[in-house]
Amino acid sequence: MLSRTAENLYWLARYVERAEYLARTIDATLRVTALPAAYIGKTNEWDSALLTAGVSASFYEVYQEANEQNVVEYLSFAPGNPSSIRNCIENARLNSRSVRTALTSEMWDTINSAWIELQEVWGKGTASREELAKFLRFVQETSLRFDGSAYRTMLRNDAYWFSRLGLHLERADNTARILDVKYHVLLPQEEHVGGPLDYYQWNSILRSVSANTAYHWVYRETLKPWLIADLLILNDTLPRSLASCYGNLVRNLDQIGVAYGRQGASQRHARGVRNRLEHSHMDDIFQHGVHEFIQEFIADNGRLGEIITKQYLI
Amino acid sequence: MAVAFDEMNGSGGELRQAYQELSRWLKETPPDTLEYRRQEAELLFRRIGITFAVYGEAEAQERLIPFDVIPRIMSGKEWTLLEKGLKQRVRALNMFLRDIYHGRDILRANIIPEDLIFQNPVFRPEMNGQDVPHDVYVHIAGIDIIRTDAENFIVLEDNARTPSGVSYMLENREIMMRLFPDLFARHRVAPVEKYPDELLSALRSVAPLSASAEPTVALMTPGVYNSAYYEHSFLADKLGIELVEGRDLVIKNDEVFMRTTEGLKRVDVIYRRVDDDFLDPLTFRPDSALGVPGLMSAYAAGNVTLANAVGTGIADDKAIYSYMPEVVKFYLGEEPILKNVQTWRCREPQDLAYVLDNLGDLVVKEVHGSGGYGMLIGPAATKATIEAFRDKLKREPEGFIAQPTLALSTCPTCTASGLAPRHVDLRPFVLTGSNHVTIVPGGLTRVALKEGSLVVNSSQGGGTKDTWILDE
Repeated sequence: MLSRTAENLYWLARYVERAEYLARTIDATLRVTALPAAYIGKTNEWDSALLTAGVSASFYEVYQEANEQNVVEYLSFAPGNPSSIRNCIENARLNSRSVRTALTSEMWDTINSAWIELQEVWGKGTASREELAKFLRFVQETSLRFDGSAYRTMLRNDAYWFSRLGLHLERADNTARILDVKYHVLLPQEEHVGGPLDYYQWNSILRSVSANTAYHWVYRETLKPWLIADLLILNDTLPRSLASCYGNLVRNLDQIGVAYGRQGASQRHARGVRNRLEHSHMDDIFQHGVHEFIQEFIADNGRLGEIITKQYLI
Repeated sequence: MAVAFDEMNGSGGELRQAYQELSRWLKETPPDTLEYRRQEAELLFRRIGITFAVYGEAEAQERLIPFDVIPRIMSGKEWTLLEKGLKQRVRALNMFLRDIYHGRDILRANIIPEDLIFQNPVFRPEMNGQDVPHDVYVHIAGIDIIRTDAENFIVLEDNARTPSGVSYMLENREIMMRLFPDLFARHRVAPVEKYPDELLSALRSVAPLSASAEPTVALMTPGVYNSAYYEHSFLADKLGIELVEGRDLVIKNDEVFMRTTEGLKRVDVIYRRVDDDFLDPLTFRPDSALGVPGLMSAYAAGNVTLANAVGTGIADDKAIYSYMPEVVKFYLGEEPILKNVQTWRCREPQDLAYVLDNLGDLVVKEVHGSGGYGMLIGPAATKATIEAFRDKLKREPEGFIAQPTLALSTCPTCTASGLAPRHVDLRPFVLTGSNHVTIVPGGLTRVALKEGSLVVNSSQGGGTKDTWILDE
């Protein structure tokens, strides 16, 4: 297939995944900030929403203060924010248009309908919390529909695998970022361990990766920081965990390698990251520092993106 | 202007044969059903994303071409005649191009003045003496046809470069069949769905000798911002070929390759929807980022076929148009079946004098214009516009031709105040392969939606209709 087609499929999946993640982040932040101050402490949750989205610096070039109105506007609609939800959907549509021949009609319909709704219903943003809730649901449902239609209708060939690579790479990045911003509330040695403050912070982390129910099914325990970290980093039964993302990345890259009859740098690199995750234990990770571990992971994940691009997409 | 010939009701209000069933159906069908179906059709078009872009409009970057649900119908007999005329015309166009870039018999016979060729910006000296496979230059032609009465089909314009609109022909039919199964059941409408297959086999048939037995065909687009991008992706999909942009292609040893995830892959035939000027920055416009450096050299080496060939613009130029009846006679020794619109060439002094005296009654067109831009429709223009045009004409007479204001035929069309006649034209698509010319029965009917308007171009408020050829 054309390299440019593969590149568009890869980025299309990334944009859709990113839009959903942003919607989840806003949703989780709204919940936690609605709590009385005694439950969440003095940290500015909107600031940490910006950090997990990786747009803090560009935000402060435009705004003075990170409050609900400004951050929601910036993350959802701001034309000046290249990874706002609006721009993600716009870019997803542009990528879809470029690779229409490689998409199934169901996938095209999902993106095109979302783009139409974005303009017709959400063209002026949201005027109330009710509207915002509706908007966030719309974004999450778009992502579910897109993912589902890709899964159910695409031929299992390189087009499908490149699209999945984009999805899992973006997903791993998002989960890692949330961990990176919140790692300090997961540290057992922090002073107010177990207080209500941490409890709601933890819950908010799980919610932003849609894992709050999964946690209880997996551990059958009250929320504990090291278990949360274990779930999000090492548990490969959780679709948004780093381990699960890398299991999928390795599988998809292998499928491409088999189809093309050739393995390369991206297969090797992905396998390396996966092996490290497989052989890690939470104890060691805490011992060596969660922050360092996550930082290293984010860098490795970014490098995989570069290697894939070099090997296949240009 | 007299009342125009109506496709359904003729000149005197008699119901024409091909429309009898439709007329009966329209009487049985409540008007709000039509309106409901019209809305449904629009929704379908939007969801499929059949849009086009209008250059220079910041708002509405992507627009829908309005679709009218009332079909335009032709009898099988009418079509047979039209088809014969179209094949004749396209054969002559191809022979003319071969001649212009080789022996130039037609110039020596003094049928067309030399300067009209050699001083024409769309003439490509690069093509002099270059052979193209099977002498086919125009593989895909869109011939714009109008009629003013029941007997005559008249060619308004030949489109021999990169004619567009065929996706509308195909999608209009899909949507009509979905919305009006009952109406189809009551007619025997010749199918159009074979077009992609016919196109692919025509393209494969002209592959260069050095190509493999299974030549690789690709469709080259200027990209997503091009006004016809939807059509490009639609056709690539239907043909099952890659949709490439210039940046996807690379030239090595005068061969064309596309960049794929598995490395470079040779391309043998390029159905290009990129204008000559933008094909190769080394040969044509150096500022073009849409093309492929070295493409023309691969083309000259005979390692790739471009469809349509480079330099076909010289055959559909409006200044050459007026000579087409003579061109047909010269190469084929036959009387042209399709008529030309009477045309005054403003470059000739006596014609210019006539045009200047009668500006208020004539349509004046720029020789190199297209899309209905830059033309004067005398009867509909204000005094000031006419005077402005008079100045332009005097300054640069060779840049213009003039034609009488024709009463294009009308066809019943849905309007805000019910069914009403609106002017239509027809663009059938003529395919030429190594040894055959084929035309899918039908074409794109364009309709001027504004009352009284004669401009059917989509960029200027025109719409489309499904075109039915009855299989009798």
